[in-house]
Amino acid sequence: MTQSVVVQVGQCGNQVGCRFWDLALREHAAVNKKGIYDEALSSFFRNVDTRSAGDGPDIYKGKICSLKARALLIDMEEGVVNEILQGPLRDVFDSKQLITDVSGSGNNWAVGHKLYGCQYRENIVDKLRKTAEHCDCLQCFFIIHSMGGGTGSGLGTFVLNLLEDEFPEVYRFVTSVYPSGEDDVITSPYNSVLAMKELNEHADCVLPIENESLFDIVNKIHQMINSGKLGSTVKQSLVTSSVGTTKTAQEKPFDAMNNIVANLLLNLTSSARFEGSLNMDLNEISMNLVPFPRLHYLVSSLTPLYTLADVNVPTRRLDQMFSDAFSRDHQLIQADPKHSLYLACALLVRGNVQVSDLRRNIERLKPSLHFVSWNQEGWKTGLCSVPPVGHSHSLLALANNTCVKPTFMELKDRFMRLYKKKAHLHHYLQVDGMEQGCFSEAISSLSDLIEEYNELDATKGGPRTDPSRLKIAV
Amino acid sequence: MSIVTVQLGQCGNQIGPEVFHTLCGDARGTHGLCSKEENASYHGACKERFFSEAESGVPVARAVLVDMEPKVISQTLSIAARSGCWKYDDQSHFCQKQGSGNNWANGYSVHGPRNKEVIMNLIQKEVEKCDRLSGFFTIMSMAGGTGSGLGAFVTQCLRDAFPTSFILNHVIWPYGTGEVIVQNYNSVLTLSHLYRSSDALLVHENDVIHKICAQLMHIKQISFRDVNQVIAHQLGSIFQPAYTAEAGSHYSRNPLGDLMETLVPHPEFKMLGLRNIPQMPENSLAYSTFSWPGLIKHLRQMLIANAKMEEGIDWQVRPPCPGSSIPSSHSTNKLLHFNTSIANLVILRGKDTDTVDLGSFRDPSLYTSWLNPQDAFNAWKTPRAFNKYEKSASLVSNSQFLLKPLDDIVGKAWNMFASKAYVHQYTKFGIEEEDFLDSFTALEQVISSYTIL
Repeated sequence: MTQSVVVQVGQCGNQVGCRFWDLALREHAAVNKKGIYDEALSSFFRNVDTRSAGDGPDIYKGKICSLKARALLIDMEEGVVNEILQGPLRDVFDSKQLITDVSGSGNNWAVGHKLYGCQYRENIVDKLRKTAEHCDCLQCFFIIHSMGGGTGSGLGTFVLNLLEDEFPEVYRFVTSVYPSGEDDVITSPYNSVLAMKELNEHADCVLPIENESLFDIVNKIHQMINSGKLGSTVKQSLVTSSVGTTKTAQEKPFDAMNNIVANLLLNLTSSARFEGSLNMDLNEISMNLVPFPRLHYLVSSLTPLYTLADVNVPTRRLDQMFSDAFSRDHQLIQADPKHSLYLACALLVRGNVQVSDLRRNIERLKPSLHFVSWNQEGWKTGLCSVPPVGHSHSLLALANNTCVKPTFMELKDRFMRLYKKKAHLHHYLQVDGMEQGCFSEAISSLSDLIEEYNELDATKGGPRTDPSRLKIAV
Repeated sequence: MSIVTVQLGQCGNQIGPEVFHTLCGDARGTHGLCSKEENASYHGACKERFFSEAESGVPVARAVLVDMEPKVISQTLSIAARSGCWKYDDQSHFCQKQGSGNNWANGYSVHGPRNKEVIMNLIQKEVEKCDRLSGFFTIMSMAGGTGSGLGAFVTQCLRDAFPTSFILNHVIWPYGTGEVIVQNYNSVLTLSHLYRSSDALLVHENDVIHKICAQLMHIKQISFRDVNQVIAHQLGSIFQPAYTAEAGSHYSRNPLGDLMETLVPHPEFKMLGLRNIPQMPENSLAYSTFSWPGLIKHLRQMLIANAKMEEGIDWQVRPPCPGSSIPSSHSTNKLLHFNTSIANLVILRGKDTDTVDLGSFRDPSLYTSWLNPQDAFNAWKTPRAFNKYEKSASLVSNSQFLLKPLDDIVGKAWNMFASKAYVHQYTKFGIEEEDFLDSFTALEQVISSYTIL
């Protein structure tokens, strides 16, 4: 069994991260009735003997003593991290896992990346090494951050670079929250594009998320629950609810949205942690969904958004879950995969679902989806027996699809609108180590990426000419 | 003589216990439908073959479990132990932590060499427990990373370490519409490498078994466990003891050797397909009766028309007329529909097997011209019924059964290779484009050989 470390950077990263740890504890508590520290728990948590002062040795077997998250919390402002440390999750985090500063990055990628990066480099490497040492077999780093600000975007991508240098063998999965069009941070296009270059070059897989999509999903759920149509049989939403976690107070507005992202990560790692008839580990995700090194942006969708209280799930509802996974309004970014080109698609099912259900639905949905000519049957499937908390089944769909292109193109447009006028540029250029070249390189990297997607899109719907096979002398 | 089973990867370690369960259940079962002496004789021949007797009386499977991550093996071991009828040797397993990531190169070039010594030691230990070794039976899928890549490596090591033992690879072919996106690459690399070191490849296709589960076993929500149980039944039907020579007086003791001798006359042709009839849900068994002539007729037509199961057989397909002036390899009818065989083996188990007429299988038009039909066809029988089926007939065929599936896999892999998609994932671990090309060439050769039969 392998371990993963979560690095949460900036306000957004830490808020999402906080929800992740809360939901992870809830999930393991539901599965692990005996309180024994098992391999599944060890993937994200250490078991520490807190009786001895200071850093007690890790306990690898036996009863759970005190669980510590395998995490690094980084923020250049103290507010969010302090709140976490005063909240119900305070015992889950080791004080040595935090790196904070006071003044923040001022929504400036250069400050986050160049200034704080330089300043905190050694500290970060040191703490990363310590976390890695506690791991028997470290497989993956999960970075959670937003792209539009200064810390998450700048320092977050700095850490990404560091991880590649210091731990080249370990996978780097990045969950990036992209700014929406109406973002109130004016310089968010600059920050995002500068960060994109780093993601292009140093991440193994990126899961882009857009707030707009999360917001729409949360609204839809509220409507369903409040409409009364479903009566009292509707349980709390599968993806947004914090029921059963440490949150007892009134949920903050972003909590439901952050829960979605947290659930994404839980479902992504479920097959690596729990048993099933067809396991799907994290290295398999990267292997199957990344056909060319730079095309590693995966559009995700989680279904169902809520499940009714029925334990016996009729086939029709199960099939609806699969259909929804491909619909536009279930994606976590503003994209429509059905009308774009699939390079690859992965389906990770949890709970009481068997291979025949999977096959039936793949057969049913395949004709309406466009797959690239060299990967007509490009499906990766996983079956995990353990369902999410309080529900009987769920599905996570990950798609490497050209539908990410519009998101990137809009980002490029917004960037160019500012850049042409040289608006706010001086804030960046006055940071040590930052020059105009950084901007031109970044936009060039983004343009190249968009061009790669364009070339693939051009093949869509064209005539299929299979390359001729090798001829053998008889 | 004994067979040592090597279970590789998740698939191998999920099928393995089902096989042992079926073998054990059949050996101890009371549905033999034959005389006591016969049963005792059968039981005696079963002993030693796949199990060794422990002091506790619970048979211990002669198996080595290998996987690059721990979840499946730990599940498998506990399921076996809980069954009470048989178990694994507690020491006879090896796993790592990270898995192979569906990457053949990772399994073959990294995990293989790194863990060679430990794995070969475990196998050696099992071999030493055998009085006489018949050979090795490896179970693996070719779609993933461990079973396929590490499996190919281990097979090579077995060949090097045991040059005179037989190696039979049981290979699971994945669903056509994907379990793993790079499954066609992994398959091409696996098959080309296995072909060099193995004696024969016994193939089961997930699509086919799935259909059997749906249409014959009437299972509504088919799980991998259901699929594996059908596979285990089919394997059991060929591995359990049978009389190999006509009017032989004792059960054959060399199962693998006998199989190879009858089915693999030429090293260019190693692909074996398996059919077993009848197949039905267990609770229907008591209400069904079959006649041997009916079963044989169906089985023969399944062979000729390349039908995967006993429903939906195309009865229009006929063997070409003997004495036709057109050389058989150019007849379009033959190429498209008719399944030409190199060698066939029919195994009959149950009531009245001595009355069965198998002349229809000796028809020379079924076979390629360069083998004498007397040599190309063999029949094994036993009056002892198998796994609660009053009558059961199996066909192991070295024929064009797998030609089209193989061609499809190579075609899809080639299509993907032409765009170079995913190749960087393999070169990362030391498998270069040349290695791919070598594998493609090797398999095109196999396809060509089978096509011109």
